[in-house]
Amino acid sequence: MRTYTVALAGNPNTGKSTLFNALTGLKQHTGNWSGKTVSLASGHYEYKDARFQFIDLPGTYSLFSNSADEEVARDYIIFEKPDVTLLVLDATALERSLNLALQVLEMTDRVIVCLNLMDEAKKKGIQVNARKLADQLGVPVIPISARNNEGLDVLSEQLLLMSTGQTPTKPYRMKYNEQLEAQISGLESQLRDIVGDEYPARWLAIRFLDGDRKLIATLKERLKAADKGGISLGTAKALGSSNSGHSF
Amino acid sequence: MDETKHRQHLHQAAIGERFLIEQVDIRGEHKRRLLDLGFVPGSVIEVLKASPLGDPTSYRVAGTVIALRKEESQLIWGKVISS
Repeated sequence: MRTYTVALAGNPNTGKSTLFNALTGLKQHTGNWSGKTVSLASGHYEYKDARFQFIDLPGTYSLFSNSADEEVARDYIIFEKPDVTLLVLDATALERSLNLALQVLEMTDRVIVCLNLMDEAKKKGIQVNARKLADQLGVPVIPISARNNEGLDVLSEQLLLMSTGQTPTKPYRMKYNEQLEAQISGLESQLRDIVGDEYPARWLAIRFLDGDRKLIATLKERLKAADKGGISLGTAKALGSSNSGHSF
Repeated sequence: MDETKHRQHLHQAAIGERFLIEQVDIRGEHKRRLLDLGFVPGSVIEVLKASPLGDPTSYRVAGTVIALRKEESQLIWGKVISS
């Protein structure tokens, strides 16, 4: 049975952990990640012929490493490269949630958006057009209510489809002003020469331009370790997951 | 800068007023944090209430309540709009 890793990302209090527990049936354990004191819960469940290993990332509003939580969540998505990043958005507060969503869409194209708390939204008279949102974001959008177990079958099916490479996506990417875009593409091609397809060159270029020293340091470490054969790029050894079959 | 005289900062907005953000005059990680929370130019926030000693003050921004100290709210520029 193939195991696929799925990272759960989202704002605090969007029901990420509720979804995590609903899917994994509380079969969770927590463990420290990459030497940080922030612990990540991990658990699994099986659907059809696949096994999904879920990593519950810390709830954050952003991934620009303002805090240890954000750094852990971001590093996981970039460096551990889960098969799918499951973005849990609060259907009652989309405006707030979409900031993080756009950041994640800049980092990876293997994203599924979960519109959670749909029951709550309905109560408040909020209607969300999931199809239109999916069109605009360029990735699947699935309305669910984790605490009522609603929409989880559709979600599981979509997880399977995306993990097995059957869901083409076209994630919305922010367009910056002309001057910035020129600098981004210059840096991007230089970075691509160094990291190849291993890490998202455009996203890295944007972070470099923003002067994100922490990220640059982490990247250097990773590249050095890969050179020495200390760790092989693209494999996530911790947490016992096997996502070495990436087809990037 | 004559122009700034006509503008207000967020700390000058009274309880119950709605405030349109035009500029966030803060640098670095602090600014990043405020932007992430929804204090972005173009967004309208509502002044909810001040804590018993007058500072910090809570604001409704992007559907959430966030409290800011006056050191921060004095650096967020814009104008009060009629609700």
